[in-house]
Amino acid sequence: MSETQNLTVVQAVRDGLYTEMREDDDVLVLGQDVGKNGGVFRATEGLFDEFGGDRVVDTPLAESGIVGAAVGMAAMGLRPVPEIQFSGFMYPGFDQIVSHMARFRTRSRGRFTLPLTLRAPYGGGIRAPEHHSESKEAFYVHEAGLKVVIPSTPYDAKGLLAASIRDPDPVIFLEPKLIYRAFRDEVPEEPYAVPIGEAVTRREGGDVAVFTYGAMTRPTLEAAERLAEEGIDCEVVDLRTVSPLDREAIVEAFEATGRAVVVHEAPKTGGLAAEITAIIQEEALLYQEAPVKRVTGFDVPYPLYALEDYYLPTATRIEEGIREAVEF
Amino acid sequence: MYEEVGSTVSVFDRAYDDPVRVLDEDGEVVGDVPDLEDEALVEMYRHMRLARHFDERAVSLQRQGRMGTYPPLSGQEGAQIGSAHALAEDDWMVPSYREHGAALVRGLPLKQTLLYWMGHEAGNATPEDVNVFPVAVPIASQVPHATGAAWASKLRGENDAFLCYFGDGATSEGDFHEGVNFAGVFDTPTVFFCNNNQWAISVPRERQTRSATLAQKAEAYGIDGVQVDGMDPLAVYSVTKAAVEKARDPETDRPRPTLIEAVQYRFGAHTTADDPTVYRDEDEVERWKRKDPIPRLEAYLRSEGVLDDERVAEIESLVETRAAEAIEAAESEARPKPEEMFEHAYAELPPELERQYEEFAAFREAHGDEAFLEE
Repeated sequence: MSETQNLTVVQAVRDGLYTEMREDDDVLVLGQDVGKNGGVFRATEGLFDEFGGDRVVDTPLAESGIVGAAVGMAAMGLRPVPEIQFSGFMYPGFDQIVSHMARFRTRSRGRFTLPLTLRAPYGGGIRAPEHHSESKEAFYVHEAGLKVVIPSTPYDAKGLLAASIRDPDPVIFLEPKLIYRAFRDEVPEEPYAVPIGEAVTRREGGDVAVFTYGAMTRPTLEAAERLAEEGIDCEVVDLRTVSPLDREAIVEAFEATGRAVVVHEAPKTGGLAAEITAIIQEEALLYQEAPVKRVTGFDVPYPLYALEDYYLPTATRIEEGIREAVEF
Repeated sequence: MYEEVGSTVSVFDRAYDDPVRVLDEDGEVVGDVPDLEDEALVEMYRHMRLARHFDERAVSLQRQGRMGTYPPLSGQEGAQIGSAHALAEDDWMVPSYREHGAALVRGLPLKQTLLYWMGHEAGNATPEDVNVFPVAVPIASQVPHATGAAWASKLRGENDAFLCYFGDGATSEGDFHEGVNFAGVFDTPTVFFCNNNQWAISVPRERQTRSATLAQKAEAYGIDGVQVDGMDPLAVYSVTKAAVEKARDPETDRPRPTLIEAVQYRFGAHTTADDPTVYRDEDEVERWKRKDPIPRLEAYLRSEGVLDDERVAEIESLVETRAAEAIEAAESEARPKPEEMFEHAYAELPPELERQYEEFAAFREAHGDEAFLEE
């Protein structure tokens, strides 16, 4: 039995970076305030002292420059892990992400590949200013050539980050900041990887399949516990990777019950719930007992924090959504 | 392996609006001729002739419907060939989309350039021993790549130089600023080579910036900036060589990055889809054509006794053969296999993509290629 540490999600991210940097000299982090400051959320705390300024690099304040320089580094065989301070500030680097990160392998027929992991704190619920709370994973899911990972536990945060850094292709690694310090988990000290593209069942149940990921996993589990008291038994599937989706896990969980609910904090239209609904419709139409219910953020610009509680799905909204699917 | 060019260090100490010149418009020597063997000079001339002839053939292929949209380079051979000749074998070139001439100097087969503009992704698959990045179409977006790649080389102690090409329009983009600024801050071995050809499609150089020169933008990044007559291949060679050597040298007491503004002109259209007569006068074009880099170098080499009629005729015939062979090879290339569309999206196909591929392959099997190639 290996040693473990009791870590929060953000500590597990930090431990994941530390472990991969120790294992592989080609891994380096770059971004704003990641050096001596240790990152605005402390995700790179202590790394500067451990690995020095060549591998833990404070850059000028320029997201396109950060992503673009990381593209050049990765093309030369390094494994850069750029950090964008908040996912709401990825857009100045968006052209680099979609025009280059996603396309270099295809464009060069594999001569140049980009083993690059772009990290960003993401999602709402922490009473942050404007542009600090959005969930725009669908942008990146829509871009072929990228993988998109969103962990929901400390154990997965470290293991999925390791898998992302070791992956030969570029990964967008979105860290739900609502749960950065919400709870702790036993996390092995040794290096390990949680495979990209594999969902996990967080709760077993035979009445309805509920699909979610990231920070929404906790209120979804809470809703499931409340419903269990009424005799409604929910299967809760945490997708963990939103591109590529674990299609088999989605279809299998759905077929067992014929009912599904998808929960995410991102806006409804064009979101992951629509894709999951389409997968169910394509693969398991004849199992279907009820319309797929989507419990999501609204199609509005993310509100300032005085109203964010009305925007984000809560355990009660999720509970009602599940009840609707079960009682149809 | 790299000879010291002591005198060229001063090349960075001149006024930004004082372009380095070696040959005047008639090929008369007006500056320091770089120390090159006769055969190296002939090679430079031959590459320029090949680039020009290839360019004319490529435009004509497009006009005949044998190739897609193509960005011509005529007029810019001095800048492209002169600068690319200044690189050592292990150095790298990070192009935009017009540097077919520089790429051929670096060893990219002309056939690949043709294939790319004929719509084959394989054109961008530079061979393993050719240190050229793929074409970057979005303006200035390759600038931060050149900084990052050079930075990687520095971190690994390899210290290869990275020569990044872009145009005058690119200097208005955020990525130019971010890439050059990063290079200054991290002192990366990058040479930023601005092909100022006066026109960003129809927008003149004056509309890009109020700055009197583009070279002076270096000042803001704390790096060296220098203007060069971009239609004087020997001046371009000298300046680039000095910049590349400075980039490679970790002990240099100057900043390793350099911004070179090569003042030049594109004789033709922005691309074959563009009509420059709409936005610029024929007088202006004629004025710049008098600075044509090819007759200039030829006049100099003839006056030095390095070239004569016979040698020039030999070269003419050689470039015609090489371009014709490349065109024949590119045109006889089969359409890429449709599965290639899927093959290189990821190292390993994700299951959903595998399914899409199988569905596509089954449909193709059932209905044949004609189901995809309907008019």
